[in-house]
Amino acid sequence: MDFSYSEVQQMLQDSVQKFVQKSYDFTTRSKIIESEDGYSKENWRLFAELGWLAVPFTEEDGGLGGSAVDLIVMMEEFGKANLVEPFVATAVLSGGLISELSNGERKSELLEQLVTGKLQLACAYAEMGSRFNLAKVGTTATVQGDKVLINGKKIAVLNGSNADQLLVVARESGEDIDVDGISIFLVDAASEGLVINSFTNIDGKKSSEIVLENVSVPASSRLGDAGSALSALQKIVDRATVSVSAEAVGAMELLLQKTVEYSKTRKQFGTSIGTFQALQHRMADMFIECQLARSIVVMAAMRLDSAESDLEKTKAVSAAKSRVGEAIRKVGQESIQIHGGIGMTDELDVGHLFKRVTALDIMFGNADYHTERFASL
Amino acid sequence: MTLNRRNTVNADFTKEDLAFQDEARSFLDSEFPAEYRAKIDASKRLSKEEIVNWQKILYKKGWAAPSWPVEHGGTGWSQIQKHIFETEMGLIGAPEPVPFGMKMVAPIIMTYGSAEQKARFLPDILESNVWWCQGYSEPNSGSDLASLKTAAVRDGDHFIVNGAKTWNTYGQYADWIFCLVRTDNTVKKQEGISFLLIDMKSPGITLKPIYLIDGQPEVNEVFFDDVRVPADNLIGEENKGWTYAKVLLTHERTNIAGVPRGKRRLRALKRIAGETDDGFGNSMMDNQGFRNKLASIEIELQALEYAELRTLASISTGKAPGPESSILKIVGTELAQRIDKTFVELAGYHCLPYVPEQFEDGFQGTPLGPGNSAAAALTYFNNRKASIYGGSNEIQRNIICKAVLGL
Repeated sequence: MDFSYSEVQQMLQDSVQKFVQKSYDFTTRSKIIESEDGYSKENWRLFAELGWLAVPFTEEDGGLGGSAVDLIVMMEEFGKANLVEPFVATAVLSGGLISELSNGERKSELLEQLVTGKLQLACAYAEMGSRFNLAKVGTTATVQGDKVLINGKKIAVLNGSNADQLLVVARESGEDIDVDGISIFLVDAASEGLVINSFTNIDGKKSSEIVLENVSVPASSRLGDAGSALSALQKIVDRATVSVSAEAVGAMELLLQKTVEYSKTRKQFGTSIGTFQALQHRMADMFIECQLARSIVVMAAMRLDSAESDLEKTKAVSAAKSRVGEAIRKVGQESIQIHGGIGMTDELDVGHLFKRVTALDIMFGNADYHTERFASL
Repeated sequence: MTLNRRNTVNADFTKEDLAFQDEARSFLDSEFPAEYRAKIDASKRLSKEEIVNWQKILYKKGWAAPSWPVEHGGTGWSQIQKHIFETEMGLIGAPEPVPFGMKMVAPIIMTYGSAEQKARFLPDILESNVWWCQGYSEPNSGSDLASLKTAAVRDGDHFIVNGAKTWNTYGQYADWIFCLVRTDNTVKKQEGISFLLIDMKSPGITLKPIYLIDGQPEVNEVFFDDVRVPADNLIGEENKGWTYAKVLLTHERTNIAGVPRGKRRLRALKRIAGETDDGFGNSMMDNQGFRNKLASIEIELQALEYAELRTLASISTGKAPGPESSILKIVGTELAQRIDKTFVELAGYHCLPYVPEQFEDGFQGTPLGPGNSAAAALTYFNNRKASIYGGSNEIQRNIICKAVLGL
């Protein structure tokens, strides 16, 4: 048994930490969010140069190995940075689906462009009424000769506004929540009939609603076989779920650290508030939450890298997301409470980390959903 | 609610109280503007003009200040009637009058102010002609309020005020501010504080908005730079301000349980849950886990409601609101925050986009999710303040430890 990071993992951690220290302070981040793209292209090029974009992929896909543990090492540091660059949307989610479903020359071309930073992607899976069920797909794909017509509306498409290509989940056959009949199409973002309505999310990331009205794509843009994309989608969303769980672990760790620091410097009643036992115990509880969240995320990542059955992997992912969601509630709320009024302000990074972890709790299913999924498996 | 007149415990209203409840209901039904109600249901903020207009409607009815003595324009209602009116307001989302004038500074002026001060300030508060704000907290004086440093130095018939106040709610709307200022540095910190009324138009006052984590400039920092304040604006005696303020802080803690608002929001949760897909062909009202969550909120609301009624019954027999109000503040705010979080859980992806325009007048687009789920995250963020302001919940627990448990 050994939980220490490998040399490669330590190097990865160091390299993200150095980047954050040098180029990603609070003010810089705020400016990036206010910019039109909502992420920094310069940073993205740097991520490619440093090899970070290749981390989620196997060596045969031109990546650095694709281990889930490598991924969470990096995601945790991204969480501490409160990063807004679309790493999960492009590399983990969309890149993961291409890696799972595509093949041949197209696959290697797309992944090559992705890891070199030349391609932005987004995955459009969620819909108004789908909540967190990936099989609930109302968007339709109708074959017409060598074309496919796509109709529907997608929500919560992270990075939708910057994506060159969209991976659109659509139904070719079956009804409503059938597991069969779901395909994924690679759709050019400039396609006719595609309307992208974009926002900045509460945590500073870019997101879109996408309406597809008779969007016509060649049948060859289907990734994988017709109607059988759901299991790949579930597998990759599980990876993305562990990724955002690790991101939350990093952000919570920083929230704890900042809260403890503040309690040592903030003086009321002639002493630092950190000397009050009522607050000390609550910070001890925050520490425990962070440790349990970290532990279960490591467990889930190790399970994904193991030879266990798909069922065991999925259970581990839901266990992690559920427990992390619980930790998010406690650590997030206590961080604001112990900071008091100053924690409520937009000018302090604590509030922004709180908003990030709140958003991460929702992404790919909140604690309640994953508890239910765990119970049903 | 006639605990003192019957042999057994009961929470019944008298016939008179029930008649009053009917009167209050029909007044609110006809007079609280429907468009305000719609805005509140859609999580939109009322404008200053709308708030003032509503308060003037209450004034015309003679119901602007139920907590005031009749001689100053109060209603003469019993504690139970006040409770009934607040309940009926809360159930439909009608805002209570902004507390800073009506509930915070007015009782101090009535109790400790001079005859001139009463005549000068109280009628405008009652009629909502003048908007007041609070100048208590300072950047380094939060829970330890008595450590405040904003200084008022006597200069003939004026005070010269220098310093900074913070967490000043709606100062951007305010005409006047009531402040705690330090007038003596040489004595125990509580004994060198005075209570001063300051015209916000005085030269030397600047306001800097503080944006909260929901992106709204709801509070301000207020800076005082050699502000000349007539000594006539001192309330009561110099250096007695802390004593006066302590009375006011107790006032701030009443009616904080928010049971009617909680009931209204629970209704909204149920309605929106019925409109929210669970992703498996049913609505979230069919989700047993979610239903249990709502049931548990409802149970807590009932416990809180009866805790409030018991406090009320005790006040009705002439007892001052004591440390029991700390229970109502703690449970009321923490339950409200639990409801906030439940709205976030229900909203899921629908509350992620930050589109504050959709909660402003004139927004033409369609809401981003069922009901007002798009507002869920912003409300959740904003209302984290509730367990911090008005004496933080830690301070309230200290009060229970000291005043009730004798620890």
